[in-house]
Amino acid sequence: MPKVMSVCGDRIYSARPGALPGLKQFYDQGGMRVVWSFLHKLGSPRWFYRISSQWLPWLAVLAGGLLSWGCIWGLAYAPPDAVQGNSFRIIYIHVPAAFIALAGYYAMAAAGVVSLVWKIKIADVALRAGAGVGAAMTFCALVTGSIWGKPTWGTWWVWDARITSMLVLLFLYLGVLALYEAFENRETAARACAVLSLVGTVNIPIIYKSVDWWYSLHQPATIKLTRAPSMHPDMFHPLVVTILGFYVLYAVLLLMRMRAEVLEREQKARWVEDVAAGSRLAAEPGGEAHA
Amino acid sequence: MPDMHFGSLGEMWHMAGHGPFVWSAYAIVLVVIAGLIGNARARSRDVLQRVRNRKESARQSDTQEV
Repeated sequence: MPKVMSVCGDRIYSARPGALPGLKQFYDQGGMRVVWSFLHKLGSPRWFYRISSQWLPWLAVLAGGLLSWGCIWGLAYAPPDAVQGNSFRIIYIHVPAAFIALAGYYAMAAAGVVSLVWKIKIADVALRAGAGVGAAMTFCALVTGSIWGKPTWGTWWVWDARITSMLVLLFLYLGVLALYEAFENRETAARACAVLSLVGTVNIPIIYKSVDWWYSLHQPATIKLTRAPSMHPDMFHPLVVTILGFYVLYAVLLLMRMRAEVLEREQKARWVEDVAAGSRLAAEPGGEAHA
Repeated sequence: MPDMHFGSLGEMWHMAGHGPFVWSAYAIVLVVIAGLIGNARARSRDVLQRVRNRKESARQSDTQEV
């Protein structure tokens, strides 16, 4: 079997001309060079650090703006809920945090696939950084839900399907973080964590569907893609703003954690010495892939 | 934009009895987010400081040898 076909074991860049009939032609025409240079660039820690320096300020301003706008709108201007009163205003952080907790898990598992298949270092960095941010967001969703539960259901906690499966999600995130610490060898740790994050994805549809499958105290989904939200527009619009804000915030937090992780891993590299000395990284066409 | 729901800031703080729940939830999320940002910044700063120290001690041992 040609090496390029084995997706899990060998590095994909061990492909050589002649490995597959069509591959030789593609290779001769320089196609492979374009693909590899893109993949290497994507995987280059230096390139990531430089590009994220440019993105971060804009993303941070956008996240701050959206979240301030949405939270002030939700806290001060939205009408109170007819049944729950003002306690419903917790929705403007509870639902976005829960969204990110779930979407963040998919993002982490996707990084796990890339890390397993192509052994791109930055994917493993993203996986580890994503586990930290995801755990924090899951914690936020659980705590705000608990605080919301007290005036609404009369209890801080209940072992119900939605809440228990969210708790399992928190433990999955924490499990990935703990697994990283358990291995001396970084490559073994990366592979184990990628597999664990993939296995854990079975929990996500369970969380989504838990309010429909089991009798639950938790209210069913307010927002569904297939139909109009079961919420008055005056209450719904601020929620859209905070959800968008949390997505951008997630990007900011993920990038910041990834940058710290990249610096820790690459602290022997020349470009990190340049950054430490206070110089701005310049684009290095061609040389960046090997930096 | 519609008018503010609450008549005064005091009313908004109290939220008809739900104030402690709502504000504590927002405060906890704010603390968690600030913690994530602070942690990432501290980690980056520590690495860069370590690299600078290493450079400095390498430079000093170089000059001592000469």
